[in-house]
Formats: sequence, structure tokens, C-alpha cells
Amino acid sequence: MSSVAHRRSSALIVLSTGFVVLWLVIAAFPFLWTLWGSFKVQGDFFSRADWMNAIWGTRTAVETGGPFTGAGYEGAWIEKGFWRAALNTLIVVFFTVVISLTLGTLGGYALARSGYRYAFWLLMLALVFRAMPHITLVSGYLLPFFEWNLWGYKTTAIIVLVAINQPFTLWMLHSFFLNIPKDLDESAMVDGCTRFQAFRHVIIPVMWPGVVTTGLFSFLLAYNDFAVTAMLLSRENQTMVPAIAGFLGSTFEEGNVMFAVAAVVSATAPLFVLIVFFQRQIVSGLTAGAVKG
Amino acid sequence: MTFMRLSGLTLAAALTSTAAWANCDLPGGNVNILGNDFAAINAVVDGARACAGNGMSVSANLTIEHRDIQVAALTPNPAEYTSAIVANSSIVPLINGGLIRPLDDLVAANGQGLNQNQLITIDGQVMAVAFMANAQHLYYRSDILAQVGRDVPTTYEEVLSTAQAIRDAGIMEYPYAMNSKVGWNLAEEFVNMYLGYGGTFFEPGSAMPSINNETGVAALEMMAALNAYANPDFLTFDSNATAALWESGQLALATMWGSRAAPILDDEGSTAEITGATGLAAAPTVGGGGIPASTLWWDGFTIAANITDQDAEATFVALLNGLSPDTIMANNDLAVWLAPGYTPGATAQGVFATANAGARPYPMLPYMGLMHTALGDNLSEFLQGQESAQQALADVEAAYITAARAQGFVN
Amino acid sequence: MPHRTFLWFILPSLLAMILFIALPIGSVLVQSLYVEHEQVLIETETCGPFGCTPSVSVDQNATRALREAQPLGRFNGLRTYTDRNHLAFAEVAAAWSGSDGWVDFGGRLMNLPFYKALAFTLAYTFIVTPFVIILGLAIALAVNGLPRMLKGPTIFVSLLPMIVTPLVGSLILFWMIDADGIIGATLQRLTGNSDLSLKASPALTWLTLFLYGIWSSSPFAFIVFYAGLQTVPGETLEAAQIDGATRWQRVRYVTIPYMAPLVVFILLIQLMDNFRVFEAIVGLSAQANASSLSILIYSDLRGDVAQFGSAAATSMMTIIGVAILLTPVLIRTWRDFNRKRV
Repeated sequence: MSSVAHRRSSALIVLSTGFVVLWLVIAAFPFLWTLWGSFKVQGDFFSRADWMNAIWGTRTAVETGGPFTGAGYEGAWIEKGFWRAALNTLIVVFFTVVISLTLGTLGGYALARSGYRYAFWLLMLALVFRAMPHITLVSGYLLPFFEWNLWGYKTTAIIVLVAINQPFTLWMLHSFFLNIPKDLDESAMVDGCTRFQAFRHVIIPVMWPGVVTTGLFSFLLAYNDFAVTAMLLSRENQTMVPAIAGFLGSTFEEGNVMFAVAAVVSATAPLFVLIVFFQRQIVSGLTAGAVKG
Repeated sequence: MTFMRLSGLTLAAALTSTAAWANCDLPGGNVNILGNDFAAINAVVDGARACAGNGMSVSANLTIEHRDIQVAALTPNPAEYTSAIVANSSIVPLINGGLIRPLDDLVAANGQGLNQNQLITIDGQVMAVAFMANAQHLYYRSDILAQVGRDVPTTYEEVLSTAQAIRDAGIMEYPYAMNSKVGWNLAEEFVNMYLGYGGTFFEPGSAMPSINNETGVAALEMMAALNAYANPDFLTFDSNATAALWESGQLALATMWGSRAAPILDDEGSTAEITGATGLAAAPTVGGGGIPASTLWWDGFTIAANITDQDAEATFVALLNGLSPDTIMANNDLAVWLAPGYTPGATAQGVFATANAGARPYPMLPYMGLMHTALGDNLSEFLQGQESAQQALADVEAAYITAARAQGFVN
Repeated sequence: MPHRTFLWFILPSLLAMILFIALPIGSVLVQSLYVEHEQVLIETETCGPFGCTPSVSVDQNATRALREAQPLGRFNGLRTYTDRNHLAFAEVAAAWSGSDGWVDFGGRLMNLPFYKALAFTLAYTFIVTPFVIILGLAIALAVNGLPRMLKGPTIFVSLLPMIVTPLVGSLILFWMIDADGIIGATLQRLTGNSDLSLKASPALTWLTLFLYGIWSSSPFAFIVFYAGLQTVPGETLEAAQIDGATRWQRVRYVTIPYMAPLVVFILLIQLMDNFRVFEAIVGLSAQANASSLSILIYSDLRGDVAQFGSAAATSMMTIIGVAILLTPVLIRTWRDFNRKRV
């Protein structure tokens, strides 16, 4: 009996391990390919002759004298000043996340504790807001922003990013607060705290896991955003993703695709660090809150 | 109708290069330039930046998104930018909205060094100053043509028979390609072919379309016939894809942009055998027509309407400084320049041959953009064999009329 | 919570949303009801580097007068919504009366841009969403069973499809599936069909887009589910095990019900995001075979002449479409909300 159960479970372990390995290969392969290829020339990475060239670097050896080249990185970071875009991204993303979370925590807390029907309708309204295609919103912003001389600044892009990601942030944080027992803050209020004091002294200390998780998603939204940053930032304030788009060239002009590839690999590096760092937080964060529909 | 041809340019350049050139000695003004981001425009803008100082400030925003923000950016008063660098399609919304100013006075006062044919005039008023040209033309592989014993095709019918000969000889299964990606590129190919057949897009003097006719069907069928010699993926082919195919030696004939000649012929991405045998010729004619089936494009600068006259003059002078013969000579191979100082090199041959053979400029009509969008969205089903040419053209006209009605061009 | 306190807490968030989303939606709605002024055209001559051609241009003075008289344009009611490039009432009616049978009617309907886009949008939404949820859950369960040491790196790798900028991610995938690329060439070898192209055939293009959608969205479902798994109470699972429940039964009757709220959340977000599918189509250059509502909006706004009214109408219909899709999910949420309220 026990041997049957044991056999079954070892078969299951093999099966599920095999599944995970397969998934990891599918998930990681394009990125690893890109990472390897970013040290080749375009003729190899996008080789029409034989895709194996991307592995061996045939053209790279002909054009640069070695199987690897840092030309993409050098071109992007030094020649094209990608560091400026990286710096802009850092500023935009940092403030977007901080402001999003501040507003979202207050609002999400209120929605979770209100109990009135309008709280539900506000959440529904937020969903409808989220349904609006960003490209339409951004096209609508252009004229007023130019009229009021707000266009092109990082501050404007930050405020817009905060606003259009607010529905998602509110939903997620609201769900976290639902899972923090009401007794916690209500007993504090019985002890004579105001609602805000209760929030500050009782809720804030226990809300970090949820905030960190929501923060990660806000971070990714702002970091990968193209629609807003491409249209609302001037060249000198451009963030990484539109800068990468700029490397790709246009119909008339050849771009520097390898600059874009190198830039993408570099843009992903800080995310690796971030995710490794916050890995435990993400999981324990969602654990504490879970996201309730 | 007389066409002043590009061949006159080199002569004009020789004559005017010693002429007095405007210097940026002005009392002051703010210059802010909006434009696309590529090497040739960067060179011009760097030349303009040299004027900064002495009360003049010069800044620029060169971005690939320039086209999508230009109307909103030039609408307020004062406008965000004093100049927008445009092409003959993207100038249209600026003219439609009355957002750029006539330049006649500025040209008279400062533009003595310009070639007469750099001036883009509409209804007698100078609205832009062109500085570079572009066109799609034929690329060919002389070694492969020699193998099948053919001359360089001068008509698309010859392109078909040559492609068939290459296929029959077992050299390549898919010897031809054009930029036929669904959307803007595909529409542009139709525009070229249709004009090559002598077609007109609209009823005379009106915005009503007139493409669903024999000429339109002939143009579509020629595109289908050509693409039978193209890789089945042709509906995803943009400039990057066709250039890569060419550089890998998988094509013997292709219709590609002149601006891609320099990167294709350089020593990166291809082998010496391929680049050495690559030739550039005029775009072929089609259907017995006398002019190449291609459209001519220019890039030029405009000056915003909603700015002060002082800023306008400063902008004009600064940009002229960016187009000085010295700048052009220093950046000779970055583009097919229209400005004095340019010596056409090998990579410009195709564009020159196409222009000299009488190709038409891309139509600068207020509603051409709507037609282009409608073409781009509705031709792929025919090319995939899912509907007839007449149906495809009827769909284009219906989509166009709906859009043109909403934009107020058609009642 | 008193109304007043609630207001103060929610105010900053609400203000941001009203200013940057609600007001623009209002203006988009208004814009969709208007069309541009009649443009007064005059015949002119255009000259440039390539000679002079007779041309037509907009009479600035006459048009300006019209624009000042009616700043919003001409009122058009809902006619933009019903014109050929949107719901195409007249064309659908004509197709209905003129067609012989459902297949013919369907073919004619697919010739209209809105319905062609809607067909792909719905197919994408309803195929990708369930697979994302199932795959996400499967990965979460499998990863949860891994030794502690391996969990961290696995989570990290699993998130990769979500983090790489779609702009370049899709460029590289597009390259890989080319007949000369690694995936395309391998598939050709495996199937022994040297004409196989994932880019030319409509059916294969759709399949590729679905797979791309599942690939890029699964990490989101995975991470939410994985976190949810940590909250499944250990005692309940143990009790079930003692009662003789198999591993599968434990998953089926304990874990999955416990995760139901998470499924709802992911469903909500995924339905909405998939309904607005855009990047996959553009990134894989699939416009020949697939279109979506977001693609229509993009095409309207990014042409040489921007068509705001048309884009506004399609945008409003996107919102309505999302609302319809979400209604069943929201009714459930409403019940939950009322239950919790009590």
C-alpha cells in the first residue's frame, strides 16, 4: 500500500519536475538567446544565412576579429547616451511607485473599510477607467499639455503614470486591506485614536508585504511603459523604453538594432537584482493579503 | 507640366557654393526644432546649434515620435517648437491646420544661397525648404543577371520575366522583394504602382476617390504577380526585412528605399561578393507608362505660424546655417542632399535615376493621408488570394469615404 | 467608516483619476459625437524639388471661420458609431439581406474592419485567458512542490516573459519564428515541410499570437497563484490526507476552492488586458491576418491625418466591450461585497 503511494508520488515528482523544467526552458530561452546574441553583430544575431551563426558568431569574427563584441553596449551606452535614459527611468519609476503607493494605500484602505455601497461602485468605476486604451488617453493629453506648457517634463509623465495606474493599484491594495483584520484598527480607535492615527500606528506597520507586492507591479508598469513615456517626454527626458524604440530605426532610415538588443539586456539587469531582492517579499506579501476578486 | 530635375542640382551647387551665405549674426531669438532622429537631420540640427549664443538659443527635440506630436505641439500660441522638420506627407496636417507660416519674406531676406528647387511652394507661397530627397528604386545583382543573361530590367514586366528566369535556372526560388508589410508600406507600393500606370487617386478637384477602375486593378494585379516571386512572408516585409534579405544574398531584384543604399553597400552585415555585385537603377516603369512606378519624397523644414517674427527669423537663419555647403560637404554621404554643396555619390544613383526618369512626387493633398491609411488596411486580403481586386478597391474606397466624411473632406 | 473620513482618504486617488481618466473619457465621448468641419478646398499648384503639380489645398480663411463658429465641429450624434468603419449598420443590413446563407453572411461581415477586429479580439480573449489561468496554476502547483532551495531561482526565471520589454521581446521572437530563424527552421525540419511559414498562413499566425499571449501573461497568473498557495491552511490539507484523499483530490477539493477569489482577480485583469490586445499583433507584424480594436484605434491616430473622432468611437466601444465581458465576474463580486458588508 505505502509502496504504491510512494511510487505514485515519485512518478508525480518526476512529472511535475519535468513540467517545471520545460516551463523554465520556454520562459528563459528567448532571454538567454538575447543575452548571448547581444555580444554579436547584427549579421549574426539576425542571420538570414543560418541561425547557428548567432551561436558561433561567424560574421562577428569577420567584422570585429573575435567571436564576441561589446559594440552594441558601447554604442548604446556611450555613443547614444543611453545612461541618460537610464537615469530618467530611475527618477520616473521611483517617484511613480512612491506616489502610486501613497495614494493607493490611503484609497485602498478607505475602500476596504468603508462598507457603504458607493465603495463598491467606486471600485467598479476604477475598472471602467482601466479599460480605456492608453493610446487614446495620451492623444487626448497632448493638446492641453502643450497649451499649458506642461509637455515634455518628467513630472508630467510621473503624474500621468500614477493616475492611469491608480485603478490597478487601488484594486490590489484594497484586496490586501480586506485581509487585515478590522479589529486591529477598530480597537485602536476605541482607545481614542482618530481614523488616521489608527491607520498610521496600527495599519502601516502590518501592511508592508501588500505594499511591496503592489509596488512591484507598479514598478513593472512604469518601467515597461511605452504609450505614455514615448508621447509625453521630450528627447532629453526620455526613459529607456522609448529610447530603445528610437534605436530601431524607421522605414527610411536603418536603425541600430544591436544597440536596442544590448539596451534591452541592460534594462533587464536591474530588474533581476530587484526581483531577487524582493522575491521573499512578493510571496509573503501576497500571502498575507492574497488578492480577492 | 515641366519638371525641374535633380540633374540640375550639381550644377547649381557648383554655381552657388561661393554665393554669400547667411551667417547667424542676429540680435536674438529662440530656436526650438522638432524632427525625426537620424544622422542626416542630426547633422543639420548640429549646424543650427552652432548659431547659439549672442542672445540666440537653439534647442531641438529629435525623436521618432515627432510626427505624432507635431500638430499638438504647433497649435498653442506661442508654439512649443519654432520649426518642424517634415516630409511631403507629414507637412500636410500642418498646412491643413494653418500651423506653419509662409516663408517668402524670410527667403527673400536670407535665403539667397538656396537652390530655387528647394523651395516648396503651395499656391505661390513658400511653405517649406526641402533639403534631402528619397525614392524607392530598383536594386539588382549584376552577377545573377549575368548568369541568366539578362539586362537590368527597366519595366516591371521585365522584372517578372527576369525573376522567372532566375527561378527557372534554379538560382533562387524567391528572387524578388518589395516593402510590402501591411499598413503604410503596402499602401506606398500601391501608390507607386498606380501612379506608374498613370492613375489618379481622386476625381479632379474633389476629394472623391477614383481608384476602383481598370488602372487600379492592373496595379494590384502587378503587385500580386511580383509578390508571387517574393517569399510567402512578404506581407511582413518592412525596410529592415528587405534590407536584411538583400544583405544575406537571398534576393536578386528588389524595390527598396534609396536611403537604404548606403547601409546596404557598406561593409557591415554582408559579404563583398554581394555588395560588389549590387547595382542601383531607376524604379522600373509599368504597363507601358513613361514614368517610373515610384514616388519622390523630400525632407524639409517648416517654420511655425504661432511664434514671434523674431523667433521665426532666428529659426530660419539657424537652419540655413545647418544647411551651409560646409555642413553638407562634411556629411555628404548621409543623404541625397538637395542643398548646395552636395556631390552625388554611388549610393545616390538610384534616387537620381528615378527622379531624372520623371517619377512623380508623392501627392501632397490634404486627404491623401486618409487614402494611404485606407489602402494600407484593405489590400492584404487580395494579395492573400482571399478576395478579388475589385472588392479590395471597393473596400478601400468605402473605408476612405467614411473617413473623409468624418474629416469634412467629403459630404 | 464615516463618509467624511472616507472622502479624505480617497480624495488624492480620486482626484488623480478624475483629472486624468474621467475627464479625458468625457471629452473622448463628446468627441466621438462630433465630426470635423467641412473643409473648404481650393485648387492650387504645388511646386517642389521635382517640379510643379496641380493640387488641392484647404482654404485656411474659410475653414477658420467655420471652426470659430462651431469649435467642436459638426454634431453627428451616434452616426460615427454606426458608420462603415465601426458598427456598419447599413453594410451589415445589406450583407444580411443580400447573402445566401450563414457562411456568405459571415464572409461579408469579416470584410468590415470592426467585425474582423472583433472576431480576433474575442477569439484571443477567450482562448488565451483560460490557458493563462490553467498554466499559471499548474506552474504554481509544480513550483510549490519543489525543494526550498530551488524555489527562488525558479520564480525568478518564470517571471522573465513578463519583464522583458515587449517592444524588443516580440522583435526577437518574430525573428525566431522566421523560416530562417531557430524556431521556424526547427519546425520546418520537424514537419518535413519546407514551405511552412508561421507568418504567412492566417491559421498559424493566429496560433502564434495565442501562444505568445499565453507565454507573456502566464507569469502574472503564476505569481498571484503561487502566493495564494502559501495561504492554503496546512491543517485542512493534512486532515484531507488523513481521510485518505489522493493528492489530486486534495488539489481539486481543498486547494482550488480556496483559490477561487484569486481566479476571479486574474480573470478580471486578464479579460480586460486580452480584450485590448495590441502589442502582440504589432510586435509579430501580424496585421495581415489579425486585427483588434486597439489596432483600429492605433491606425486611426497614427496615420498622416489623425482621425480623433473615429478613434474616440472605437475607444468608447472598447470600454463598453470590457464592461460586458466583466459583468458576470462583477455580479459575483457584488454578491461577495454584500455578504461581507453584513
